Amino acid sequence: MTTDDHVYLTLAEGDHEAEARWAYGTGFADPLLGVDTTVPPDVDGADLSLYCQLLGDDALILAQRLIEWCTKAPELEEEVALANLGLDLLGQARLLLSRAGQADGTGRTEDDFAYWRAEHEFRNVRLVELDNGDFAFSIARLLLFATARRALYQRLAAASPDPVLAAVAARGVKELAYHQEYAAAWTVRLGDGTAYSAARMQAGLDAVWPLLDELFTAHEAELRLGLDPAELREPVLAELAAVLAEAELTVPTAGPLARIGGKAGREGVHTEALGPLLAELQSVAREHPGATW
Amino acid sequence: MVSTLAARHAAEIAGAVPDPELPMLTLADLGVLSEVEQDGAAVTAWLTPTYSGCPAVAEMAADVELRLRAAGFTEVRVRLRLDPPWSTDLITPAGRAKLAAAGIAPPGPSSPGLLQLGRTRLAVDCPQCGSADTEELSRFGSTACKALWRCRACREPFERMKEI
Repeated sequence: MTTDDHVYLTLAEGDHEAEARWAYGTGFADPLLGVDTTVPPDVDGADLSLYCQLLGDDALILAQRLIEWCTKAPELEEEVALANLGLDLLGQARLLLSRAGQADGTGRTEDDFAYWRAEHEFRNVRLVELDNGDFAFSIARLLLFATARRALYQRLAAASPDPVLAAVAARGVKELAYHQEYAAAWTVRLGDGTAYSAARMQAGLDAVWPLLDELFTAHEAELRLGLDPAELREPVLAELAAVLAEAELTVPTAGPLARIGGKAGREGVHTEALGPLLAELQSVAREHPGATW
Repeated sequence: MVSTLAARHAAEIAGAVPDPELPMLTLADLGVLSEVEQDGAAVTAWLTPTYSGCPAVAEMAADVELRLRAAGFTEVRVRLRLDPPWSTDLITPAGRAKLAAAGIAPPGPSSPGLLQLGRTRLAVDCPQCGSADTEELSRFGSTACKALWRCRACREPFERMKEI
């Protein structure tokens, strides 16, 4: 093998022109590098930006929760799986938050959104920020989120008012199919397992179910873009019911978690779980502002 | 798309860049290189990223640029193309043969991804011994694009590229 055949050997040879690839902020880190990012004339840039933040924050915060399973999952295979799912969501978050900064003309980067906003500026649903709980809780949460997000991406891929968002969704929908499949398979395995595993899985489902409704509750920016997540409610509930039937689990009947003064995650009103998560997520960037590595 | 001799030359150079995580495959084998435009000494290479979170994209872009510059193109741009999204269906027959030769079972046709709940079983041949008596150990492996399998006939574990 000549050095020319292998990218890592080429690197090891100390090609000086190659040094740029090790540095962040060289342009190659832009997940929308060279993509036509013109906002369509009939789309309000501020609304589009906000909508991308809603979806991007969901993905970013759940990615962080999934990655927390590293070194703690029941089996190595599950640890690898959960980290892989987190990586997919992190990739989606990077694209969505980059799009958010372009759409409103502020030029904010993905890092500006992830590291330099305060808790009340995050727009994620409360479902994704809750502590991981036990494995069943995390699987139940993933099942709800992946089923709803896959349905949403399917719609966006076909009918997004923004072509960049449509492209992000078209790719994401394939990834979410694996996430949903993974969560559904574990739900069935635990639900249709022993009495003990079924009880734990049911408890996980019961705990996350009141947070499902927020995924179907529209933010005003969504409605102005002609998108209403309430349309997802019926198909998503039908898919979830099919999985729970297969798992011999009961569809929970608890109503939605109360909003605070009419507000919830989309309006920046969160549970106490988000603060500590953000403190960890943002600590290095805030300790060393502007650092590159 | 590729109209001139120089453009064809540029496309060959860019297409020959190895994938950082599957170095037996080139970007042309993977279908990641979607188009090369050339105008005099200026070249623009369009790449279609694979997974949303694939960390190899930056490596690919850097490598394409380096190689084109080394070949004498002075003005090189690498651009990402998100639409249409990448699919394993874009992997060429040559790419599939290289994967199998490296012990990685190539992907089947990409499906709409309906919820299976374990009801259907994929038929995957062992890339080592060719047996169809194989089983999935984990849907997720060393990289986002691969799953971990085992052959019941020769008892060897192997990786399989997932359809997407």
